[in-house]
Amino acid sequence: MRTGGELLVAEGITRRYAMRRGVLGKSVEVRAVDGVSLKLERGRTLGLVGESGCGKSTTGRLVLGLERPDEGHVEFEGKAMPAPNTEAWRRARARMQMVFQDPLGALDRRLPIGTQVAEPLEIHNIGTPAERAERTTELLRGVGLRPDQAARYPHELSGGQRQRAVLARALATNPALLVCDEPISALDVSIQAQVMNLLVDLQSSLGLGILFISHDLRAVRQVSHRVAVMYLGRIVEEGEPDEVLHEPAHPYAQALVSAIPHPGKVGRGIVLQGDPPNPADRPSGCAFHPRCAFATELCARETPVLKPRSGDGRMVACHVAQGEVAPGNGVLKEAA
Amino acid sequence: MSAPLVSLKGLRVAFDEQPALRGIDLDVAPGESVGLVGESGCGKSVTWLAALGLLPGRASVTGSVKLQGEELLHARPDVLDRVRGGRIAMIFQDPASSLNPVHRIGKQITEALRLHRGMDGPQARAEAKRLLDQVGIPDAARRLDAWPHELSGGQNQRVMIAIALAGRPELLVADEPTTALDVTIQAQILTLLQDLRKETGMALVLISHDLGVVADSCERVCVMYAGRIVEQAPSARLFEAPAHPYTRGLLGALPPLHGPRRKLSAIPGGVPEPWAMPPGCAFAPRCAMHVSACDAAVPEPVGLARNHRAACIRATIPFPQDQVAYA
Amino acid sequence: MIRFLGSRLLRAAITIIMVVTFAFIVLRLSGDPAQIIMGADAPPEAVDAFRTAWGLDQPVLLQYFHYFGAILQGDLGRSMRDGRDAIVLVAERIPATLALTIPALIIKLGLGIPAGITAALHRNSFIDRAVMLLAVAGFTVPSFVLGLLLVLVFAVQLGWLPSGGQESWRHAILPIITMGVGGAAVLARFTRSAMLEVLGQPYIRTASAKGVPWRAVVWGHALPNAAIPTVTIVGFMVGSLIAGAVVVESVFSWPGVGRLLVVAVANRDLAVVQCILLLVAATMVTANLVVDLLYGLLDPRLRNQPKRATGAA
Ligand SMILES: Nc1ncnc2c1ncn2[C@@H]1O[C@H](COP(=O)(O)OP(=O)(O)OP(=O)(O)O)[C@@H](O)[C@H]1O
Ligand SMILES: Nc1ncnc2c1ncn2[C@@H]1O[C@H](COP(=O)(O)OP(=O)(O)OP(=O)(O)O)[C@@H](O)[C@H]1O
Ligand SMILES: [Mg+2]
Ligand SMILES: [Mg+2]
Repeated sequence: MRTGGELLVAEGITRRYAMRRGVLGKSVEVRAVDGVSLKLERGRTLGLVGESGCGKSTTGRLVLGLERPDEGHVEFEGKAMPAPNTEAWRRARARMQMVFQDPLGALDRRLPIGTQVAEPLEIHNIGTPAERAERTTELLRGVGLRPDQAARYPHELSGGQRQRAVLARALATNPALLVCDEPISALDVSIQAQVMNLLVDLQSSLGLGILFISHDLRAVRQVSHRVAVMYLGRIVEEGEPDEVLHEPAHPYAQALVSAIPHPGKVGRGIVLQGDPPNPADRPSGCAFHPRCAFATELCARETPVLKPRSGDGRMVACHVAQGEVAPGNGVLKEAA
Repeated sequence: MSAPLVSLKGLRVAFDEQPALRGIDLDVAPGESVGLVGESGCGKSVTWLAALGLLPGRASVTGSVKLQGEELLHARPDVLDRVRGGRIAMIFQDPASSLNPVHRIGKQITEALRLHRGMDGPQARAEAKRLLDQVGIPDAARRLDAWPHELSGGQNQRVMIAIALAGRPELLVADEPTTALDVTIQAQILTLLQDLRKETGMALVLISHDLGVVADSCERVCVMYAGRIVEQAPSARLFEAPAHPYTRGLLGALPPLHGPRRKLSAIPGGVPEPWAMPPGCAFAPRCAMHVSACDAAVPEPVGLARNHRAACIRATIPFPQDQVAYA
Repeated sequence: MIRFLGSRLLRAAITIIMVVTFAFIVLRLSGDPAQIIMGADAPPEAVDAFRTAWGLDQPVLLQYFHYFGAILQGDLGRSMRDGRDAIVLVAERIPATLALTIPALIIKLGLGIPAGITAALHRNSFIDRAVMLLAVAGFTVPSFVLGLLLVLVFAVQLGWLPSGGQESWRHAILPIITMGVGGAAVLARFTRSAMLEVLGQPYIRTASAKGVPWRAVVWGHALPNAAIPTVTIVGFMVGSLIAGAVVVESVFSWPGVGRLLVVAVANRDLAVVQCILLLVAATMVTANLVVDLLYGLLDPRLRNQPKRATGAA
């Protein structure tokens, strides 16, 4: 096993989409990802959490080179990401795989799942047909599917079974990097546990680097070595899972952690006030300030940068958490 | 309990002779919230797809599904069209592929408004915008003209929720409605559903593998295993004193938020193959408390406490509390 | 958009060059036009004179370049047989061909698509099996066999319709049916499978769960999606409007472009053959371009963003 050494480095990546109203309407710019930098070492897992629509999946697509960033750049195994659909890109792609949020969309309806799991092996010419068949069976077993289910079509499986098929397919080429976009959200807890254990085991035996995008903070804590919290296209806090999840520094992270439901818990924690942000119309200053209970006037004016906090060195992008300004009482909507 | 809104009796489903549901009995009272949990593939989704007649033709469905006394199973198409979306709405798993890729979001919502609330034109559009606002999608007016592929996974999921709410249903069946949502938006959606229940008296069936979500939103929880309901109880009671070994296993598999990270205790083994169901309790081969009597016959649900029933012959023995894992 | 059109036109040009070159090579290597046109017993001097007149005595490569140079200047050459401009010869024949292929296309669409949809909606029913049986039959029986069968039955046995020629509209009926049935069969199979694929999609279930009546689900939700793959094959059919009738025109001795092509090939009459091939390639390419634009119209996912990649590389 090899660990250490940067597997993936992304610097200042930005992705904008044009969104149009009507066929001829004026188009507005949606900044899905706005200057995100991240690093992932071999054999490590980076958890990426954040509000729905904040750009996590887009970040995943950017680091895999499925889309080109408008700004910034991505390096994989020390080399700049080749342009999509080139030969070099395809070679790099065999070394990185993505597990998608929506297993039904990711699978081909017309092929049995066994065929789909074997497909990457065929595409990249790995092994003899007999070896491939054996490996397929082994992969399916590894994710808790029965070999006879290889003959099933995606719609003949339950949601969880489908997601495991997707995972088996992603693991087929022994990738170095796995981007998991909500890999377990379609699974029940027992199988979630199996899949998480599987990911951790694979990581320790293969030295896999994993970018683990999830809403499930428990799951993120379980598998990640570091966690990054995103809000409206930017990373607002980063650190060890236990630090971030037990003692979040950024007010958004605090709201996130307090909202984790669990059996036996009463109340709902901090319920965020105000509307979810509109990526087409970013609030000035800190994007979170209109909903932040501690916002000050500085927060509405100046965008905080992600930097180590004096004291414990926690990476956080917040004027208040950095101690640059005393906590306020929130900024009135009008001021925003 | 008042007269049930929806009543499933002996609902059985088989695909190509292989049973997926083996007799589901479940009543949902008006305004009630019921949670449905269980291992992947145990038949949670199929139960409600069957109830609404949404399974493909080769599924054979038997039993009875009554909506306030009216039989829905194999009912006439016009009866079903009135019920679906209008009286019983369903939110599907897999939100991204459940939206039509060639229709704009707005059109997919207003379609339901037109069918069940007779709204059209600007009025429908305004209502659709209100629904999108309600489920917390920013910039709702513009998003009405977006295509599904332009939205994030969680945004699509919320569009599905908006579509289901558009018909003001009496029963909302929400199949994993928050899997793609982060916890803060999840909390908002769950609050919204509770508010709607209070305001409109809507009943809710929440299918979820997130036990936290179920504990939070449901008055009653049913645990399913291999096509049967194996335990049901008021939710506080179920999480305090789970009686069925399978329920205990589910609770134990929850990753903890505090304390050392241990390997998760997944329930050993897998769900038995449909063609090789054990003669007795379907969970017996994986059960730590298995005794030979378990294999004799399929256990009948036994009452353990008020409204608490479990289909386990050993369920009368109280389980040690310390084995119940919470957060 | 401009870039898209540009790259499309470039590809079209390459396709056409390849087609023309291929035809040149095949025709030149497979026989001597002078000998064929003048007849086997023509005096050698006359044949040589013909060769000199048409430049056939020059090296083949030089002929090729001459020929190409002329095309680039818009000169498609003259027929070696009667010395008229090839383009005029071909243009004269187009109306006759269209008189067959356009009605045939209407039959293909009008019969094939509804049949495919009906079969998909009644999957595994009697209707489905009947449609598919007919479709397989129409698909596997070559059109010259079908044409001859029709002639045997309707012209020879029953004497209802003429067996060949172009004197009246009644002459057109059998050739149109021959072409239409084969194409309808292909289209029916294709539409059926596209429709079945779409009907199994989760969004169809969503529409039903919303309470949309089944008819409206089919028309409003399933068809627009099923149209996306079907457009390809319809585009192909439109692209073969000009040259899709070679076999049928020959069987029914219909004086269209197809017949002209057969005769020109037999005579190694290069200019005419090339002219027809150019025309065919141009219609094909145009149809393809229209199909690509239609895709964008039918499928919003293909409009501006790169396609969302699915699955493994
Ligand atoms: N093709 C597109 N065109 C226009 N906007 C887009 C497109 N793709 C994504 N967006 C927008 O970019 C933002 C970020 O999307 P993304 O899918 O990355 O979110 P996410 O963090 O993965 O959210 P979720 O947790 O809900 O999946 C969203 O507001 C979305 O609407
Ligand atoms: N169309 C179908 N054809 C054949 N088998 C099917 C079909 N739909 C579902 N099944 C089978 O029925 C069983 C129950 O499926 P269901 O989708 O209800 O599971 P579930 O409890 O919802 O699981 P999950 O939590 O993973 O969604 C599974 O074993 C599945 O493979
Ligand atoms: Mg996402
Ligand atoms: Mg399900």
